[in-house]
Amino acid sequence: MSTLWIAILLVALVSFTIKAAGPAIVGDRSLPPRAAGVIALFAPALLAGLVVTDFAGPGWTNADWTIAAGLSVAGVAYLLRAPVLVCVALAVLATALLRIA
Amino acid sequence: MTTTESGYAAGVRVGLGVGVPTFVMGVTFGAMAHSLGWGTLAPVACSLLVFSGSAQFALATTLAGGGGVALAVGAAAMINARFLPMGVAVASDLKGGRLRRALEGQAIVDASWAAAHEGDGRYDREKMISATLVQAPAWIVGTLVGVLTAPSDEIIHRFALDVVFPAFFLLLLIDELRESVRARWVAAMAAVLAAALTMVVPVGLAIVGSGAAALMGLRAVVR
Repeated sequence: MSTLWIAILLVALVSFTIKAAGPAIVGDRSLPPRAAGVIALFAPALLAGLVVTDFAGPGWTNADWTIAAGLSVAGVAYLLRAPVLVCVALAVLATALLRIA
Repeated sequence: MTTTESGYAAGVRVGLGVGVPTFVMGVTFGAMAHSLGWGTLAPVACSLLVFSGSAQFALATTLAGGGGVALAVGAAAMINARFLPMGVAVASDLKGGRLRRALEGQAIVDASWAAAHEGDGRYDREKMISATLVQAPAWIVGTLVGVLTAPSDEIIHRFALDVVFPAFFLLLLIDELRESVRARWVAAMAAVLAAALTMVVPVGLAIVGSGAAALMGLRAVVR
């Protein structure tokens, strides 16, 4: 089996287990506050890491100012309470227009 | 996404609303995976089995960035770790024994979980499940369309499809930033860490490394 398929199956297994764990094991009880605190902070930390690394690429070789501009437009629109779909569409539009220019 | 409507029908409405961006992201993932040499079956199987945009994105980015299987799985697992507290939160509103609850827990995806929150830690089980059931085909068929149409790098670049994925995750990030001051500090630290790490280590390791910001955030609070 190739590396890719092993990785896919492992990630599928891990994702299933993570989603199953709370409902199956913890049930009505809650996690210790410290554990819950760290887990809750994983989301903002990893989402920030994901956005930055996707933008930068390996060794900052992918950094593209038109993407930065598109992301800025989406971020500002979202802060102004625009719906998700509108924000993503605005990002695409901004980046595509800047690339034509 | 807040609505007073409840039950299966409300979930279907939520699912249709986020179905469009989900479909577009599916196309982007399929195209990205195809361009990385994943072939046709693997990306679709990945969307069916993993069923998590952020984890699949982390997996593909890490493997493409030269990280091995362990790093890729680690990055995907950490990014999906948020489903653990989400699962704990929703647990008491699910039905049946352990196995059935574990299966119902698979319906936890960001948009459905958030929409199903009724406040005070109570969740609308039917709404969450139906919202996810509507999103699933959008995600999987979107992936297939992305793989089959296999838009060239030039097309992806011209129509700026490469901005869809980071834009969507930026919006999810903004949702997190609205939660607390602590979340904003942690995200800022994580962004700096990721920016610096990307210079010197593979992308997957940089993503996992940025997760360390969560631990630093907790220390700051405990102190």
